[in-house]
Amino acid sequence: MMENVIELQHVYKAFKGFELKDLSISVKKGFVTGFIGGNGAGKSTTIKLIMNLLKPDSGTISIFGMDYKKNEKEIKQRIGFVFDSNIFYENITLAEMKKIIKPAYRKWDDTLFNQYIDMFELPLKKNLKTFSKGMKMKASLTIALSHHAELIIMDEPTSGLDPIIRSELLNILHNLMQNGERTILFSTHITTDLDRIADYITFIHNGQHIFTKEYYKIEEEFAIVKGGTNLLDRDTEQEFIGIHKTNHGFRALTANKQRTKNIFGDTVIIEKPTLEDIMLYTKKGEERC
Amino acid sequence: MQVIISNQSKEPIYRQIYAQIKKQILTNELKPGESLPSMRQLAKDLNISVITTKRAYEELENDGFIYSIVGKGSFVCEQNNEMILERKMKVIEEQLLSAIQNSKEVGIELEELKELLTLLYKEDT
Repeated sequence: MMENVIELQHVYKAFKGFELKDLSISVKKGFVTGFIGGNGAGKSTTIKLIMNLLKPDSGTISIFGMDYKKNEKEIKQRIGFVFDSNIFYENITLAEMKKIIKPAYRKWDDTLFNQYIDMFELPLKKNLKTFSKGMKMKASLTIALSHHAELIIMDEPTSGLDPIIRSELLNILHNLMQNGERTILFSTHITTDLDRIADYITFIHNGQHIFTKEYYKIEEEFAIVKGGTNLLDRDTEQEFIGIHKTNHGFRALTANKQRTKNIFGDTVIIEKPTLEDIMLYTKKGEERC
Repeated sequence: MQVIISNQSKEPIYRQIYAQIKKQILTNELKPGESLPSMRQLAKDLNISVITTKRAYEELENDGFIYSIVGKGSFVCEQNNEMILERKMKVIEEQLLSAIQNSKEVGIELEELKELLTLLYKEDT
């Protein structure tokens, strides 16, 4: 009975030197999906496709079960986009910014806007260019929340923010998720932030979807394995996604923790992987080929 | 309801939550019919994702410790404490029996085994 708010099916999009290949991903309603991948993996392109700022070469994209061709206005009303950097007009105040944006949204809520302004302690009458990165992110979030967005898309919202503001943001997101009606897609490369909030992780690499999994399944399935290089041969190396060898031993990532345990038993050390490990070793594994 | 999770533990977080709630139910700290915090509230309070608390609650439900009513929340099930105790006692007996057999195989005397048991019991707090 789980509803998908975002559904991409077999999406292709090619640019010079880069392509998204057969991307099929879905984002579940009522949950936070962490969207990870290295620079140039295709995260921004995917988000632009989801926002209808780019059109796919082929494949289908549906948002809230609707198609942009027929329901663009309706979809856009229900999406809030929170970004990290300077897409704002810089030379106006937040109060002026509100005046420009408000008419575009049927469900714009001034009371809510004022509540968030108070809560985030944002100045209404100061020029936006005087805002810190944290304030810009909060302003962006305020606008998304003030039109009752059901789907909030956040593009690197925590990059460049100090730990206190990052933690504050995560608390705000926890609060937003309380009624189970909102959905968040959170793209980031600060993967530790995802430990505290992400329900699902969607990982793309080189324009391809590697996986979407419940967060806890990652540590059930993947593991970092450490041991002596004498344990490695052509067969055992097949067990790993990526291997890092030194004179003192090897460190590798497996996607099948249980089988690795059965093969190596007590001869290796098996540890919980971080999302960074998974990104790193996926890249390493590719270089090996 | 107290739940304290460790990020350093090898045990997955949902198992930690499961074990702590289960213990509080079995020891009657959480009483039958008592309501649990919502999954989303607990996730927020523990600063973890909703899917983690969801998994813990699902397993508690599958194992008959709690039940959920859509829109109302989750509640502690009526426990038949005597039955639980009886079941536990059986398991303990079996485990002790196999410890006794193993001891006999290598000639460990009853006194020695008792000492070991006392030591281990005190260590595990």
